[in-house]
Amino acid sequence: MSALESLPMAKALNAGLRKALQDDPTVLLMGEDIGPLGGVFRVTEGLQAEFGDKRVMDTPLAESGIVGTAIGLAMYGYRPVCEIQFDGFVFPAFDQITTQLAKLTNRLEGGISMPVVIRVPYGGHIGGPEHHQESPEAYFAHTAGLRVVSPSTPHDAYWMIQDSIASNDPVIFLEPKSRYWPKGDVDLSERGRTLHSTAVAREGTEVTVLGHGAMVSVLLQAADLAAEEGTSLEVLDLRSLSPIDYGPILESVRKTGRLVVAQEAPGFVSVGSEIAATVAERAFYSLEAPVLRVSGFDTPFPPAKLETLYLPDADRVLEAVDRALAY
Amino acid sequence: MSYTEATLQLLSPTGSLVERDATAEYLPFVEKLTDAQLREFHRVMAITRAFDVEATNLQRQGEMGIWVPSLGQEAAQVGSGFAMRPQDHIFPAYREHAVGIIRGLDAINIVRLFRGLTHGGWNPTENGNFHIYTMVLGSQTLHATGYAMGVALDGKSGTGDPEFDEAVITYFGDGSTSQGDVNEALVFAASYQTPELFFLQNNQWAISVPVSKQSRTPLYLRAGGFGIPGVQIDGNDVLISYAASRKALEETRAGGGPRFIEALTYRMGPHTSSDDPTKYRTDGETAHWAALDPIARFEAYLRSRGEGDAFFDEVGAEAADFADNIRRRTLALTMPPVSDIFDNVYSEQHPLVAEEKRWLAGYEAAYVSGEAGE
Repeated sequence: MSALESLPMAKALNAGLRKALQDDPTVLLMGEDIGPLGGVFRVTEGLQAEFGDKRVMDTPLAESGIVGTAIGLAMYGYRPVCEIQFDGFVFPAFDQITTQLAKLTNRLEGGISMPVVIRVPYGGHIGGPEHHQESPEAYFAHTAGLRVVSPSTPHDAYWMIQDSIASNDPVIFLEPKSRYWPKGDVDLSERGRTLHSTAVAREGTEVTVLGHGAMVSVLLQAADLAAEEGTSLEVLDLRSLSPIDYGPILESVRKTGRLVVAQEAPGFVSVGSEIAATVAERAFYSLEAPVLRVSGFDTPFPPAKLETLYLPDADRVLEAVDRALAY
Repeated sequence: MSYTEATLQLLSPTGSLVERDATAEYLPFVEKLTDAQLREFHRVMAITRAFDVEATNLQRQGEMGIWVPSLGQEAAQVGSGFAMRPQDHIFPAYREHAVGIIRGLDAINIVRLFRGLTHGGWNPTENGNFHIYTMVLGSQTLHATGYAMGVALDGKSGTGDPEFDEAVITYFGDGSTSQGDVNEALVFAASYQTPELFFLQNNQWAISVPVSKQSRTPLYLRAGGFGIPGVQIDGNDVLISYAASRKALEETRAGGGPRFIEALTYRMGPHTSSDDPTKYRTDGETAHWAALDPIARFEAYLRSRGEGDAFFDEVGAEAADFADNIRRRTLALTMPPVSDIFDNVYSEQHPLVAEEKRWLAGYEAAYVSGEAGE
């Protein structure tokens, strides 16, 4: 029997973290302002009151310190879940994430696991200042030893955070902050799909459009608009950026013959580029058009008043769809 | 930076016991040491030096890509190494060969690392809780602090039973004190009052840059700014290294919060086999520190206590055997399997890595069967 609950993503994450804390005494949360305040996005609201300040720890304001000590805690046998306050503030921890966390299992020849989750609110649409709206996923997807995932719905957020905590590998868990507030149905009894799988968010026949995180809602909007004009888009939700589950992507492209990859991140050396290259290699004879990318520009994320011009919206996705159909 | 009035010392450079008010509280730790323990201090220092010299030779003969010598730092390492208890965990940098040997690590594994056969070389849980070397300077201090936070959270320190309570020790150098991670580790350690000893080996040089470029203040004084008690010791005096470390470890394991020791020592050799110290330091400086040699000093002390030639000859022979053994086994080391590239990148299966492993196996097999290139 399914237990459906309508929750915004922030509350779904809160529920998922609570469940993880209840289920496993080795799970710890650590980060800046995650205690009494509940985090700047309130994702951890109430958890310190419920589980105590030894399991939900406000840390000193030092991201490398957070991840570096999480590594030591994982060596001891804990499963730390770190909150990085904003995408642009993950970089002080970049060294510990890429040179230590990602590599310790390999360095110890399998003698140790690194079950550390790094939660990073990412992406635009919130009108924030510099360093508060970025999409740094390519840096992490490029790094061997890390897993990188991003939910697009409250349901996936609830389950994917639990599955990430259960993973014995480090997971960069990217939370699309513009999706923290819209509500969606969460099935509390059934996860539906595994952590590293691509999902078909909407079936269609003529063009496949693919994205992750907040971009998925843009793609669904584009699909609605296209349907009004008689064009059928199939929307794929990538969910996992490393590893990438290519099965559903190739299956969809073999059906539609066209693929548009959309992302908020700059397009140069991006996850979208990687997918475009792989699809070209593996589904060449199925393609009726080149794989097209719709991305943020290869510039710094602009001041907030310009962000709607920077971030791909449904119109820009549909412009690419039209180009794909023109071949 | 050389010894000052603040530098704690129990053995003078000529090997005689120094009695000062400042070190009175350290003497009892040394007075409890048996003759056998004192002989063991000397034995490990001598073995480590022989190992180190042999490893340098092996590198020069092309048998290792690089070597990181510990020459001159034996007393700092051996004193602190013997101050630990079996349950303690050690997070070294990459030069703490003597500590590894004390904790039961087979030194050939250090050779495997620098020969290019592995990025790690040993499992800490099977090697006296001696964690693997870390090449990114200072990174390990945060791992140590996190581990120590885990010890405290788990109630494995602060009970007052020194046989039970765990402590963590992390080693780092003067250069790494400029790294953000070391400073963050000190912040976190103070904040969470970890059972942890920060053991700084100030060997005066970060490759070619003198410690004066890293700090305008004696480094042990920085600890106070973090709210952590710190002392400076003569790092070439194995007795004060032992006593200060023992005292600090017993205090921190009992729940007293983190401690900091700056051991003034000297890197007699290069930073690694890849640099040439004559380009950046003077013969006079090297000669000054050579006169403060930790092993000669301790030998003089043991002789003053009645230890005779027989013991030192025996240790010399054992050290030579140790080095010979390392040389023989180094030359016998075999290539790691190709699968080492792919295995253990993740704990759980990762399709891309699995696919690339299969691809390489097929590619290699094609060459063997003569199919490739046709």
